[in-house]
Amino acid sequence: MGNGTTNASSEMVAEPKRRFWLVDIGIRLLKEKPLGMAGGIITLLLLLIAIFADLIAPYGMNEIHVTDSLALPSAAHLLGGDHLGRDLFSRIIYGARISVIVGLVGTFLATVVSIGVGGLSGYFGGKFDLIMQRFVDAWMCFPGLIILILIMSLIGPGLWNVIIVLGLVYGIAGSRVIRGAVIGIKENVYVEAAKAIGCSTPRLLIRHILPNIMAPTIVLFTTRVPNMVLTEAAMSFLGFGIPPPAPSWGGMLSAEGRTYMFLSPGIAIWPGLALGSVVYGINMFGDALRDLLDPRLRSGVGRYGVRAPKKEVPRGK
Amino acid sequence: MRAYIIRRLLLVIPTLFLVSVLVFLMIRLIPGDIVVLMLRSRGHPSLTDRAALEQELGFDVPVLKQYGRWVGVVRDRDGSFSGVLQGDLGDSLWKHTPVVDEIVDRVPVSLELGILAMLLLLIISLPIGIYSAIRQDSRGDYAGRNLATVLIALPNFWVGLMIILLGSLWFGLSPPLRLISFTEDPIGNLGQFIIPAFIMGMAETGMTVRMIRSMMLEVLRQDYIRTAWSKGLRERVVTMRHALKNALIPVITLIGMQIPYMLGGAVIVETIFNLPGLGRLLVEATLERDYTVVSGVVFSFAVLLILTNIAVDLTYAYLDPRIRYR
Repeated sequence: MGNGTTNASSEMVAEPKRRFWLVDIGIRLLKEKPLGMAGGIITLLLLLIAIFADLIAPYGMNEIHVTDSLALPSAAHLLGGDHLGRDLFSRIIYGARISVIVGLVGTFLATVVSIGVGGLSGYFGGKFDLIMQRFVDAWMCFPGLIILILIMSLIGPGLWNVIIVLGLVYGIAGSRVIRGAVIGIKENVYVEAAKAIGCSTPRLLIRHILPNIMAPTIVLFTTRVPNMVLTEAAMSFLGFGIPPPAPSWGGMLSAEGRTYMFLSPGIAIWPGLALGSVVYGINMFGDALRDLLDPRLRSGVGRYGVRAPKKEVPRGK
Repeated sequence: MRAYIIRRLLLVIPTLFLVSVLVFLMIRLIPGDIVVLMLRSRGHPSLTDRAALEQELGFDVPVLKQYGRWVGVVRDRDGSFSGVLQGDLGDSLWKHTPVVDEIVDRVPVSLELGILAMLLLLIISLPIGIYSAIRQDSRGDYAGRNLATVLIALPNFWVGLMIILLGSLWFGLSPPLRLISFTEDPIGNLGQFIIPAFIMGMAETGMTVRMIRSMMLEVLRQDYIRTAWSKGLRERVVTMRHALKNALIPVITLIGMQIPYMLGGAVIVETIFNLPGLGRLLVEATLERDYTVVSGVVFSFAVLLILTNIAVDLTYAYLDPRIRYR
């Protein structure tokens, strides 16, 4: 070994096919994580349904057919009607849109808050960090749903209020992870080097720190989306979230749903089933993706494909 | 160890102070005027009502003084100190009864629910988590892991509704409207609490299964486990006596971290099953816009959480003598 000729043949055997990386991940997902793949399909379906809700739903979300109130499932109303005669199937389709908006926008906001609070606290350190962290400590002393109920009762229900409050509460809770990552990174020599050549603080934060905390940020993001969707549903269920007549899955199960479910069980069954399967799907997909993408969990030669050939550098050059 | 306990308890004081500031500020400063909200729910607002109500609420003095009165370091209108420090959380705005009494009334229900939920969590998650780890990648392991994911994904309020719905449709059962006291009818009481308690800790049970499994897997790869195997010990001794003890130490902390989420679950479960606990008190008070009750309940939830955190930390320190506390 040592000169380039001996391992030429092994290189030919070991050379993996070059594919677009997304295709590669897709194939590995299918082969190694069939359940994750199923989760991915559910997630994709949810997104498509949310985007094309207007085209899929046979009726408007608040279109009332008085004669069909509490109707049983039929060809006209696939899942029947609710107590006001609105088509349950259409409302569940539109509900997907609300869940996607809350899940994505809420999580994005939470991530921004986490990076802002955790990043600054970790980067500046010292007294600033100490004081910030005591407030985060105190904030964490409130059980999540309880602080959400409190704030929502003060600012009033509504889609954007829910998103802002969820983003804030989850964001502060997640800031610890980012702070930890930033503290680790700012000790690196390249940060010191950047400081030495006179980088401004914003440049340092954005160009040198931010790209390096992407890994924990992405993990936080993916694990939060299903939580966000569930929490919104729970809040709407308790009456502190998105007010009727908006077709939130949680809201459909609240007071009215509970009153009429004994007359027409579908009112309570379907929204919850939709919610449960979506959360299950996103969770499975997220777990599978993390297993595939996290290099620490990948050990040696993977089950699929071969390890990339190691180019040996001839000595003495 | 004693020094650690004392320092840990002393640290509670600044945390409690900040918690009280946050509770107070949130209720007073978040946009959304309590006075207006209360007037609106009372019917016909007028300017004189507003002034009277502001005085009743004690909002006619500067914010700092209001906070001082609430905490109990500034004299109230009647010249006495009555605040959190004196164990007085004020009077309910509607019922005019002390908030503390109301909370004390509700604590037993929430406490029983919490303890039962925790017991069920352990009874369910321990065997599944351990089995999943020692038979990794077997069918049982897949079933256990899937069960955990399903428990996490299913919305607890929906499962609660389904149990009520199917129970009434198939068996003609409905949850009792009245609280059955444990001293009068222990079996009836447990029957009333066991399903809500399971639902309350459902997602946390799923999380715990996962944690126990991964902790066990990590410990099973350690050198001393290989030594134990090579000594020829039986499997039961290796897994239960050597592996489990070490795997459970971090799990205890992680279960402790789940408690705040379970408290959130209490709000939902108590609402669905008509259990008069703290969670339902909070929802009722919030809907009635009774802000002294709301701030009192939120504050006591926070105190409860601080105390459980300390208990978890101390248990951890007790169980793991390797840890040195500076």
